[in-house]
Amino acid sequence: MKTIKLLVCAVAISFIQVAQAIPQIEHWVTENGARVFFVAAPEIPIVDIRFVFSAGSSRDASKPGLANIVSQLVKEGAGDLDTNEFNEQLAQTGAIFSTGALRDMAWISLRSLSEEQYLEPALGLLQSVLSRPRFDNDAFERRRATALISIKRDKQSPGSIASKAFYKAVYGDHPYAVSPSGTQASVASLNIDETVVFRERYYVANNATLAIVGALNKAQAQALAARLSAGLKPGEKPADLKTVSQLVAPIEQRIDHPSIQSHVRIGQPGMRRGDPDYFPLLVGNHVLGGSGLVSILFDEVREKRGLSYSVSSHFSPMAALGPFTASLQTDGSQVDEAISVLRNEIRKFIDDGPKVDALEAAKQNLIGGFPLRISSNSKTVEYLTMIGFYNLPLDYLKTFSTHVEAVSVDDVRSAFTRRLDPDKMVLVVVGKKNSDGG
Amino acid sequence: MRYIDSLSALVLLVATFQAMAADRTHESLLDNGLKLIVQEDHRAPVAVVQIWYKVGSSSEYDGITGVSHALEHMMFKGTKNVPPGKFSEIVAAKGGNENAFTSTDYTAYFQTWAAENVALSFELEADRMRNLLLLEEEFKNEIRVVLEERRLRTDDNPQALLGETARAVAYQTSPYRQPVVGWAADLQAMEIGDLSAWYKRWYAPDNATLVVVGDVEPKAIKALAIKHFGAIARQNVKPMRKRPEVVQQGTKTVTVTSKKTHVPHLYMGYKTPVLNDVSSDLPEWEIYALDVLMEILDGGPSARLSRRLVREKRIAADVGADYSSTSRLSGLFSFHATPAAEHSLEDLEEAIIDEIAILQKEPPTQAELARIKTQVVADRIYQRDSMFYQGLIIGTLESVGLDWRLNDEYVENINRVTPVQVRDVASKYLIPASLTIAKLLPGAGE
Repeated sequence: MKTIKLLVCAVAISFIQVAQAIPQIEHWVTENGARVFFVAAPEIPIVDIRFVFSAGSSRDASKPGLANIVSQLVKEGAGDLDTNEFNEQLAQTGAIFSTGALRDMAWISLRSLSEEQYLEPALGLLQSVLSRPRFDNDAFERRRATALISIKRDKQSPGSIASKAFYKAVYGDHPYAVSPSGTQASVASLNIDETVVFRERYYVANNATLAIVGALNKAQAQALAARLSAGLKPGEKPADLKTVSQLVAPIEQRIDHPSIQSHVRIGQPGMRRGDPDYFPLLVGNHVLGGSGLVSILFDEVREKRGLSYSVSSHFSPMAALGPFTASLQTDGSQVDEAISVLRNEIRKFIDDGPKVDALEAAKQNLIGGFPLRISSNSKTVEYLTMIGFYNLPLDYLKTFSTHVEAVSVDDVRSAFTRRLDPDKMVLVVVGKKNSDGG
Repeated sequence: MRYIDSLSALVLLVATFQAMAADRTHESLLDNGLKLIVQEDHRAPVAVVQIWYKVGSSSEYDGITGVSHALEHMMFKGTKNVPPGKFSEIVAAKGGNENAFTSTDYTAYFQTWAAENVALSFELEADRMRNLLLLEEEFKNEIRVVLEERRLRTDDNPQALLGETARAVAYQTSPYRQPVVGWAADLQAMEIGDLSAWYKRWYAPDNATLVVVGDVEPKAIKALAIKHFGAIARQNVKPMRKRPEVVQQGTKTVTVTSKKTHVPHLYMGYKTPVLNDVSSDLPEWEIYALDVLMEILDGGPSARLSRRLVREKRIAADVGADYSSTSRLSGLFSFHATPAAEHSLEDLEEAIIDEIAILQKEPPTQAELARIKTQVVADRIYQRDSMFYQGLIIGTLESVGLDWRLNDEYVENINRVTPVQVRDVASKYLIPASLTIAKLLPGAGE
C-alpha cells in the first residue's frame, strides 16, 4: 500500500496552516475587576458567555459539598422570579443556561442566539442571576435532598468509589482530597445561611473570569461584559490554595464492592496549570497513556492482553498540583495481572523515557490535532476560561505547537523522573475481594 | 399575552434558520451505490469524515447478538494493506481524532482532522470496506475486550442493566429487544467465522453512506470519493428484514433487584411509531406531535416533568422522558425517574401517569408550545457549532432509510404541530395496553 506509506511520511506540515486558524483573543478588565477574554466568531448567529469563579470544592473548608450546592442554587430563580418563572422566561429566549462546580472552579454559562430579540432578554436573566440570585430556603432543601440521593447513587458505581478513594489517598489533608459532591454527613449538615455566605465571598468580580465567544464585535462584547459584571460586588480574590504535599510512602487500598470488574487507580500528585514541566509531562504522557487508541498502556493492556476496555493515564493540571492518574477496569479474576502490567509500564517509562519515534508520533498527534481543539465556539470558550482562570499567557494557543515541538526525549525523562516516583504511588482497587485474601 | 410576542418572534427565527440551511449540503450517488453527502463548514481548517453502514444489532438474530459491534472492534485490526494496529497509528500521526460506534440500526466510523486529510480517510476506509483480514488471534483478544466493555457499561451498572432488561421485556418480536453489545453468552460463543460472514454480507458501497462535514469543496470531495471508492464493486446487499413488533396487549412489568443497587429507579416505556412507520393509516403529523409531546414533558428548563415532579410535588429526585422519531423500526416513548427520599417507585409511577392524563385531557397552552418551538429552532442553530453532530444527524437519517433533508424540514414540521394534536397523540399512544414498567430495587442478586 504505497500511497498510505507516502502519506504517513509526509508528516505534520499542517503546522503552518494551523497558525491562521488561531483565534485572536481580546482581553480587558471591567471597572469592578472581572477579567474578560473575548473572541469574535461571526459565522454562526450565537453567543457563548461563561463566568468562572475560584469557587469550587477546594473552597469548601469544613463543609464538603457546599460549593456544589451553591452552584446549583444559582439556577433557582433570581430577582422577582422564582425558579419556575425564571425557567419559563429563559425557555422563551431559546437560551441554554448551566452552572456547575468542580474542585478549582464554579461556572455559570449561557448560550444564546445573537439576535437582539433573543439575546437581550437572555442577558437580562443572566444579569439578575449575577446580581440578585434568590437562594430561597425551599430550593435549598430540595437541592440538598437531591444531592444526598446522588451521593448514595455514587455507591453503585465502582468507578466513582475508586475516584473518591483515590483523591482522598493522594491528597490527605489538602482541600482536593474531598469530592465536590461532599459526603452524606457534611451535606446533611449544610444550611442556607452558609450557602449565602459562600456565594457572597466567592461570586465576586475580583474573583471572576469572563469568557465571551460569538457573533459580536469588541464594542458589543465590552458593553456586555460591563453590564453583566456590574451586578457583581467587587469583593476580593481569595488566597491561593495551600501547597500539595508529596506522598512519603506508597498507599494501597482495596475496597470491597460487588461489581464483576475491579476498578484500578494508580497515581500521585502531578502538576499544576502553568507548570514549568507542563509540556514535557503532557507530551510524555501522550506516549505513555494519554492518546486515545495509540499509547503504551493501550497497547500493553488492551491490544496485547485484552485486559480492559478502557485504559489510560493522564495529568490533570489544576491550580495546585493536580493528580497523575492511571486507570483501568478488568474482570476481578485478572486484576492482579492488570495491576502488575500497569505498574511495570509506568516504572519502565519513568526509568527509560519514551522511544524517539514514539515521542515524534505523539508530537505529531498533538500538533496535527491542535486545530480540533479550537474548531468550535464551545471549545474556544472553554480554552478562554482556562487561559483566564489559570493566568496562562495570552499567546498560549499561538505558542502551543512550538512548545510541543521543542520537547525532547531527555526533557520527558527528566520531567518524569523528577515529578513521579513509582515507589510512592497510591493504588486503589475497588471490586470483589478474593476469598483467598489476595 | 406574551405568547403572541414569542410566536411572531418565532416566525423571524425560523426565517433566519432557513436562510442558514440553504445550499450547504451536497448529495451524490456513486455508480456502485455508495451515497456521498458533503456539508460545507468553513469556520476552521478541519473536517470530519464518517462512513455509515446499514447494519446494527437490529440486523442480528438469536445466537449471534453483538456481532455487529464485535466486527466494529475488529475493523481496527488489520487489512491486507494495513497491518493490525497500524490504522490508528496512521490517524494519530496526522493529529486525527477517530473512533467508531454501533447502534441498533447502524455501524459508523469517523476521523476528525485537518481538512487536507480527507483523502487519507477515504483511502483507509475504502481499504477496510473490503480488505479486512479478521485474524483469529486478534479476534480472541478483542472479544475479551468486548466482554470487558459489556461488564463496564451494563453488568456493573444497575441503571443500564434495568434499561437492557426493560427493552428485552417490552419488545417481543422486534430485534430491538437485543442489546447492541450482545448477550454475554453469545459473545463468549462467538467465532471469527460469524464475523467474516457478517462482514461479507453488509460491508459494501451500496450499503454505506459517506458523510463529510468541514472545510471542504464538494466537487473535489466527490472526485476523491470516486477515486478511492469507485473501483469497489456493488455487492447487491439485500436490505435487512423489518421484523416488526407485534401489537402489545396489556401492561408488562418487570423488577430487577441487585445488591449493587442503592437507589431505586423507574423505567416506563410506551410503544410508539416513528417516521419510518408513516403510511396512509399513520399521518406524519403524529410523529412530530410525539416529538413535541416529549419536549413538553422534558425539553428545556420549563418542561413539565421537572417542574411538577421535582420542584412542586417533590416526588422525584430526577425525571426525564425520551423519544426518538428517527429509528429504523418503531420504538418506545419512555420515562425514567428516581424517587425523592420518602417516596416509592409506585408514587412516582402514579405521578407520571397523572401528568400523562392531564395532557390527554387538556391540550398544552399556545404559550407552552411557542416556548418549545423556539427552543427547537434555537437548538438547530446551536447544532451548527459542532461539525461532528451535523454529520451524525445526516448519517443517522440516511442509515435508517430516511432522507437527510428531513433535518432542514424539521423546524417547519414541528412548527405545524397544534396543541390538539399533542393531546391526541398522548391519548392514542400513551396507554396502559402498550406500556412496559421496569423497576430497579436494592435486594439480593448479583
